[in-house]
Amino acid sequence: MSEAVSALAGSSAHGFVDVTEAGLVGMVTIRGDYGNTEFRDKVATLLGLNVPDQRQMTTGGTDKLLWMSPDELLLVCPHGEADARVGALSAGLSGVHHLAVNVSDARAAFCVKGTASGVREALAKLSPADLRASVLPVGEVRRTRLAQVPAAIWLESEDRAMVVCFRSVAGYVFDLLTQASKPGSEPRYF
Amino acid sequence: MSHRLETGGRLIDRTVPRQFTFNGKTMRGYAGDTLASALLGQGQMLVGRSFKYHRPRGIVASGAEEPNALMSLGTDKTFEPNARATTTELFDGLAAESQNHWPSLEFDIGEINAKLSRFLPAGFYYKMFLWPRSFWKHVYEPIIRKSAGLGRAPRHRDADHYEHFNATVDVLIVGGGIAGLQAAKAAGEAGADVLLIEQTAHWGGRAPVDGAVIDRVSADEWVSTTLATLEAMPNVRLRMRTMGAGVYDHGYALAYERLTDHAPDPSLPRHRLWRIRAGRIVTATGAIERPLSFAGNDLPGVMLASAVRDYVTNYAVAPGQRTVVVTNNDDGYRTALTVQNAGLEAVVLDARSGATGPLAEAARAAGIRVMTGRGISKVTGKGKVEAVAVCDVLGAGAVLEELQADCVAMAGGWSPVVHLWSHCGGKLTWQDDGALFRPDPKRAPTGADGAAFVLAAGTANGEFTTADVLSDAQKTGEAAAIQVVASGKAGAAATADPEIVQAMRPVWTMPEKASYALRSKAWLDYQNDVKVTDVELAAREGFESVEHAKRYTTLGMATDQGKLSNINGLAVLAGQLGQDIPKVGTTTFRPPYHPISMGAIAGEARGDLFQPIRKTPIHDWHDANGAHWEPVGHWRRPYAFVKEGEDIQTAVNREVLATRNSVGLLDASTLGKLVVKGPDAGRFMDMMYTNMMSTLAVGKCRYGLMCSENGFLSDDGVVARIDEDTWLCHTTTGGADRIHAHMEEWLQTEWWNWKVYVANVTEQYAQIGVVGPKARDVLIKLGGMDLSKDGLPFMQWAEGALGQFSARVFRISFSGELSFEIAVPASQGRAFWDALLEAGAEFRITPYGTEALHIMRAEKGFIMIGDETDGTVIPQDLGLNWAISKKKEDFLGKRAQERDHMTDPLRWKLVGLETLDGSVLPDGSYAVGEGMNANGQRVVQGRVTSTYHSPTLDRGIAMGLVELGPDRMGEVMEFNRVDGTYVLAKIVHQVFFDRDGDKQNV
Amino acid sequence: MLILKCPYCGVACDETELDAGGEAHLTRHGPGSSDNAFEEYMFMRENPRGVHFERWRHAYGCGKWFHAARNTSTLEVFGTYSAQVIEPPKDIREAISAKVPGWRWRDFA
Repeated sequence: MSEAVSALAGSSAHGFVDVTEAGLVGMVTIRGDYGNTEFRDKVATLLGLNVPDQRQMTTGGTDKLLWMSPDELLLVCPHGEADARVGALSAGLSGVHHLAVNVSDARAAFCVKGTASGVREALAKLSPADLRASVLPVGEVRRTRLAQVPAAIWLESEDRAMVVCFRSVAGYVFDLLTQASKPGSEPRYF
Repeated sequence: MSHRLETGGRLIDRTVPRQFTFNGKTMRGYAGDTLASALLGQGQMLVGRSFKYHRPRGIVASGAEEPNALMSLGTDKTFEPNARATTTELFDGLAAESQNHWPSLEFDIGEINAKLSRFLPAGFYYKMFLWPRSFWKHVYEPIIRKSAGLGRAPRHRDADHYEHFNATVDVLIVGGGIAGLQAAKAAGEAGADVLLIEQTAHWGGRAPVDGAVIDRVSADEWVSTTLATLEAMPNVRLRMRTMGAGVYDHGYALAYERLTDHAPDPSLPRHRLWRIRAGRIVTATGAIERPLSFAGNDLPGVMLASAVRDYVTNYAVAPGQRTVVVTNNDDGYRTALTVQNAGLEAVVLDARSGATGPLAEAARAAGIRVMTGRGISKVTGKGKVEAVAVCDVLGAGAVLEELQADCVAMAGGWSPVVHLWSHCGGKLTWQDDGALFRPDPKRAPTGADGAAFVLAAGTANGEFTTADVLSDAQKTGEAAAIQVVASGKAGAAATADPEIVQAMRPVWTMPEKASYALRSKAWLDYQNDVKVTDVELAAREGFESVEHAKRYTTLGMATDQGKLSNINGLAVLAGQLGQDIPKVGTTTFRPPYHPISMGAIAGEARGDLFQPIRKTPIHDWHDANGAHWEPVGHWRRPYAFVKEGEDIQTAVNREVLATRNSVGLLDASTLGKLVVKGPDAGRFMDMMYTNMMSTLAVGKCRYGLMCSENGFLSDDGVVARIDEDTWLCHTTTGGADRIHAHMEEWLQTEWWNWKVYVANVTEQYAQIGVVGPKARDVLIKLGGMDLSKDGLPFMQWAEGALGQFSARVFRISFSGELSFEIAVPASQGRAFWDALLEAGAEFRITPYGTEALHIMRAEKGFIMIGDETDGTVIPQDLGLNWAISKKKEDFLGKRAQERDHMTDPLRWKLVGLETLDGSVLPDGSYAVGEGMNANGQRVVQGRVTSTYHSPTLDRGIAMGLVELGPDRMGEVMEFNRVDGTYVLAKIVHQVFFDRDGDKQNV
Repeated sequence: MLILKCPYCGVACDETELDAGGEAHLTRHGPGSSDNAFEEYMFMRENPRGVHFERWRHAYGCGKWFHAARNTSTLEVFGTYSAQVIEPPKDIREAISAKVPGWRWRDFA
């Protein structure tokens, strides 16, 4: 196999929060009917992760399973293992109506790290979502808009957020986050 | 003349001097000054020329309501026109210039307009410029443009940057006066998330200047104590220099924070636009004092009484040595006392027949001369106030006495600032006490829960004594919080001693029976130069509705939106119509409350971030290899790769010929790729496409068409059957997101019981077209897959390892050449591109852009969505009946295509077009027919949809839609050019090149 | 700027996170339908001042279509609900009746 590269090859910028492209991240879109216990059970068995509740995520080992919509999950795993996960899901779920596709290369992921208030403030310059801790606690997924493009955001901890967007706009999102976190421009709000 | 006082000034710091320039002249002020107070402190009374008559104008107000003191600030990349001196904080090096004069502020040619003023009445523009028509373009418009007022538009790119910030709060409180502070405290105590914003750099509003005593301490002391309390509350946030700009549906509000206007720093955002979603919005926006309408009320030196005491108290600036206070209420006496206490002289003209309130008594006790039942007949002076003619306020203006004065302070009563209340539909109610419009709580703007979401508090709610303001604010703040958070209890309101206030006496023209000559010099709207007589004329000419009168006279239409003129203008109109003011009604206030910068509105969306630019994994190679970019939606695609010494057309021609003769390389990554999977996927595909897709065999590809339910061709592309229940749909570049959404819409909202899932995998793959007679040779060099004629026949696909890459190879062609489109994971797209370049080097493999792609498809007569289609074209128009299944009972668009208009044989149909002289037809050109249609337009019978120079055939080729086109082969038609001439073209078959498809079947 | 709660993911969506989809509860008329029925389905839309049923898509979110019942004149939102129903559910209709007694919208009341 030829060597794979992520959209921005791990670029980073330092401001009142640090913005780093997370490099290659494995991602698998899984669609299925959560109401179908066979689907839920098989996914749990195949991935070792329970299907998360609304807007939540489950974590285990190297993988995370994110609730994206009432019939869509996003599996986050090591990049090199995404195809294997798809293979396992497709085989294990045969006969159960579902869709599992590798979307690792269709996405870019960013880590936004800094102070607890800084992380939320940098994101709040770009997203209309309610980012108050009481509304978006650590570990909850919010799909929203960053300026003019769709993105999914979640806080891994109070001082660290992940941002996932489409690969083609990785440069745009990186520049947005970099500008939003320019030193001295802290809104000092949260 | 105005000047700085020796002592005092609660907001200035005399230990920190500031230097600035005005019209190039160096001036001095202090930290804490506004540009306005600094100018007055330097004796600069004249600050601009009026919009229409170019009359000399001075500073009238001390805040956002200022109509006259509009300045151009900065130079070049930081130049900004129309900044109010009163809201501009002074900093070292500030450069200000006055506006709307030529050649200079002191000597202005346009002043002649004032002499001509009786020829420039209300509605002048409407009456004068109607005819002759040709005069508009060549005479009137150039003159109007030259003389139109206010500042110049900036000529340079703005060097500053701006940003947005989103905040969700329970309660937003606008206005940091005592009402806002009290409301914030109550709402915070009741448990709400509170954001309190204040437009100036100071908390407390007017109360400290007006000498309020709260909780038995001075207003200043109460404000700082309350601020400390609020700062200690974790659920309350405070922002200065942040103006409530607009209120919109469902509690959305815009606030405008000025971060560095007072201390420029190019490394920081200059302005920040807050996009706030609030459960409740409390407007504690205070009130604005009204001017009085007497002759000469626009001379420099005539100011609002409240502004006079602001300048004296806050900035230690005396607007004049001898001030005539003209008032119709108690408030004017505050100014008289302030002036007197500062060691200056004051005289009071009170329009009321008697003045008995405590403030009037205090003035008399201080030795101030008070005249009751008196008004101003006219103010005179050369470019500034010199004398005031006193008259009986009920009379016609006969002069009883002339007072020497250099300042006139107008106290005409107060108008609550109801703008934010009104933005989202809040209605007003008239209150006789105070002669004002106040928010009508029964007709408030309603939100998502059906209840009022804007609540007015304090002076903005029509309350005027300190005690009333505080208790109203406490009640309102608590109510707002409880409505959102459902529980909690606020502490008690701060207290103030009750005040005895003598009722005001509304005075709309001064004196009441003023002659025409006096009324025609009495200004209502300073900024747009509207006088009492203009509004009267509008009423006489039948513009009785307040909205019509506003537009006819331009009253209130300037950048201050009539903050000073609104009520006075209404009253004059009402008087002329013989109606009560509430009957006449009021105009509607629109956001923003006060002008905000374009930069703040744009936020981050400028320069490189103006729009997202979507880049393929191979973008950087294109950029480094001469790509001339073409925007396709948000994507950037190379139009052509221009080499050293080439122009674009030469590059395009080279790319086409190289591909036709050897092999070309196309980055097709932007094409949409949608996976459709499930037990009902075949059935769903049959509904989406006009073709029968359910019967497509696994491993095969089929070109398909998608129509809207309205029958029109919407997208096209090649569909591949991946396995028994999976299809892969290619869409156009622009169609990926749209078609994905279209599929989801039908699945979610119509056929929700069908078992189908769709995923958009467009960006998962880099897709590269290897095109041309040597295409197979290049791929053989990579090795790993059987891509021979029989190994991978035309319109089939295969999966495998191509060299080091795991690839899906589609044998499809949009050029008529032997062609493979190869998808590899996007993370390896660039490496794959490089590998193809290396393998193709010996065949002089040539990357080509979208223009070569378009030309080659046109040479083959293939349609392009967006060229041959425009939302009004059905597949049948394009001769694509072969792609429309006759067997299917239903597909999207089928019913619509049965409508009689769609089956009309006279619909224009696709044909090829060849000019007789070999030239290229103009794009969009029409085929003209004989005579005129019912609209008196030249009859047309067709139009060009695609037109190119074909390097392969070395002549112009085109496609077009022509009435009965396919039946008119060989006919020659006339096509128009923009210069009015025509070019002849023959109708031919649309496939210009290799009609039998020999080249791709190898 | 409307704020609508997506019934699928439970998020209070800003209007800029949504796509508007026009009138709700249309009945599709395909091949075999009369010209009048097709015209009605394709082109004729309610535009009331007052109670209205609309389709929205949580485009910058979970991607789901949903229905909203709201008052176009007061901007009150009576409720949002699944797009996968052919008429407004009972609780929504009751919520409307509580605020707008005697309302009518096409065949619903």
